[in-house]
Amino acid sequence: MRIFKNHPLLKIVNSYLVDSPQPANLSYLWNFGSLLAVCLGIQIVTGVTLAMHYTPSILEAFNSVEHIMRDVNNGWLVRYLHSNTASAFFFLVYLHIGRGLYYGSYKSPRTLTWAIGTVIFIVMMATAFLGYVLPYGQMSLWGATVITNLMSAIPWIGQDIVEFIWGGFSVNDATLNRFFSLHFLLPFVLAALVIMHLIAMHDTVGSGNPLGISGNYDRLPFAPYFIFKDLVTIFIFFIVLSIFVFFMPNVLGDSENYVVANPMQTPPAIVPEWYLLPFYAILRSIPNKLLGVIAMFSAILALLAMPITDLSKLRGMQFRPLSKIAFYAFIANFLILMQLGAKHVETPFIEFGQISTVLYFAHFFVIVPVISIIENSLVELATKKQ
Amino acid sequence: MLARSALRVPSRAIARQSLGKTATRASSTAAGAEFASSPFYLTITASLATAAAAGSAAWYYHLYGQEAFAMTPAEEGLHPAQYPWVHERFNKTFDHAALRRGFQVYREVCASCHSLNRVPWRSFVGVMHTVDEMKAMAEENEYDTEPNDEGELEKRPGKLSDYIPAPYKNDEAARAANGGALPPDLSLIIKGRHGGCNYVFSLLTGYPDEPPAGANVAAGMNFNPYFPGTGIAMARVLFDGVVEYEDGTPATTSQMAKDVVEFLNWSAEPEMDDRKKMGVKAITLLTGLFAISVWVKRYKWSPIKSRKIVYSPPIRPRR
Repeated sequence: MRIFKNHPLLKIVNSYLVDSPQPANLSYLWNFGSLLAVCLGIQIVTGVTLAMHYTPSILEAFNSVEHIMRDVNNGWLVRYLHSNTASAFFFLVYLHIGRGLYYGSYKSPRTLTWAIGTVIFIVMMATAFLGYVLPYGQMSLWGATVITNLMSAIPWIGQDIVEFIWGGFSVNDATLNRFFSLHFLLPFVLAALVIMHLIAMHDTVGSGNPLGISGNYDRLPFAPYFIFKDLVTIFIFFIVLSIFVFFMPNVLGDSENYVVANPMQTPPAIVPEWYLLPFYAILRSIPNKLLGVIAMFSAILALLAMPITDLSKLRGMQFRPLSKIAFYAFIANFLILMQLGAKHVETPFIEFGQISTVLYFAHFFVIVPVISIIENSLVELATKKQ
Repeated sequence: MLARSALRVPSRAIARQSLGKTATRASSTAAGAEFASSPFYLTITASLATAAAAGSAAWYYHLYGQEAFAMTPAEEGLHPAQYPWVHERFNKTFDHAALRRGFQVYREVCASCHSLNRVPWRSFVGVMHTVDEMKAMAEENEYDTEPNDEGELEKRPGKLSDYIPAPYKNDEAARAANGGALPPDLSLIIKGRHGGCNYVFSLLTGYPDEPPAGANVAAGMNFNPYFPGTGIAMARVLFDGVVEYEDGTPATTSQMAKDVVEFLNWSAEPEMDDRKKMGVKAITLLTGLFAISVWVKRYKWSPIKSRKIVYSPPIRPRR
């Protein structure tokens, strides 16, 4: 098909998705990228559809969502798809990041891809938070109140910034309107960032591979090999998503959000969605508000330190057993933080939270560099002996 | 790892043996397969160790793994028991006779205080009532018309498209009639409460005859252990025989509670039956597509997976 090679736009598609040579030894862990693209697609299509029926006003928002659920043809399907795909999006992005951490995808020459990926992750979190406010249930209102109030920790101008974000003196109509506007905008920013993520990868050395060696020894064209391999996991994803959407659509949500927002009544526990819990736990572990906010944001930004703090000469952990132990300890610690984020702030959860927070940061700034130095030395010793 | 490191020496030996005949060297995976299988006793030991680890973890969870609550049970409300709701199963629909009975309980008992604002008369048609039944029921209620030519509001009988009227004009009237407590709208009550069906059923049937000794019950309040804080403004409303079911089902307290909970679940999720039916279609379709995708992937990849990788070292001239 000559048009794929000559056409100014199609040749880009060709070089990314058709002829693009991929390492032959990619495992199924390299499928998360395409799944995430599918998630973004689902979210944009269902989101635009929902926006056709949604009213961003504090009086009508909840009613309009119920109108979608009850009166719009298959509106429940669109909304449940949107809310459950949001969870799936985060589940997959955590796996995608975990794959990157395990196989050293952050190491040079893919540092730019990794950095853009971190930005994508932050924008995703912002988008998800903004979207959670839109149905304007109890958890929407109080979640928005808690999270926007984080900005008040900024010295001198904090309170002014919070009121600037609110457009008033509390979460109000103006806040909901601007959140809706931004929630509509950010997915397209995300799409642009995704393209940058792809360009940064494609125009350096392309995908890594499980062995952490150059992929140039054995490559296969993207079509048909990786298209059909990606399709396998896309259908698995659709099946799992369907089980959630059709049979237990509210299992990941909080029932508090089916109660109309009431500024006069605080819910007994204000808990974010499950995917934000680890960072929420880190925020709450620090007794000082400003330091807590800084810790929460640096917990995400710590990912950017990986290319610097991983001193290993090998890419990935495939042949580094000590790092594997540290990696799985980090994963376990992350899951523990996720549990702690949903607990009441009380002994012993405060202490556990503090230990886990220290461990979280130690992984990036102490454990990874120390272990990589040890492993480098061991490899050197072993090779010198021969 | 063990298997792989054990591989290394023999495979190198093989490579050395066959140095002379470069063209016929097999790929290393095929050659190593016989060495990769570990002795049977190792498999047994590893399996037993894994079983012991999983078993002890399960035992520990059974003993100590119960959720620790930071609030007292009284503040949190007693955790409702898990009841075997048939309609909550993946492959079950609502029991539409139960919905009809539950609606009767709502109309005759709950509706005197609780609204059901999000449910129109039309939504019952074909679910638990006929068109004529619902038209008659809607006509029993009066609704405001649009302003007439003089700008006056008139009254008209209800239509199918009208929503079930609320018992009070507004929240303030509802509070005034209920000692300051606002009876919540019931349209979303099952979705909007932790514990859902179990919670509402436990609440309705959980009133003790008199509060336990030592319980602090404020004036005008009733004791219910399932309600967060235990003091609830609503008194027990369901008593045996308070409703006479048209289908002759004995109207015991638990029967009425069960029926009205199922009805309220319908009013919170009227799409549930359709949703599950569509879900079965989706799963059928997607598993089919998944199966095809696995076969096609295998078909496309089989030449790659079965290819032979040959290493031909540069031939050094012999001295």
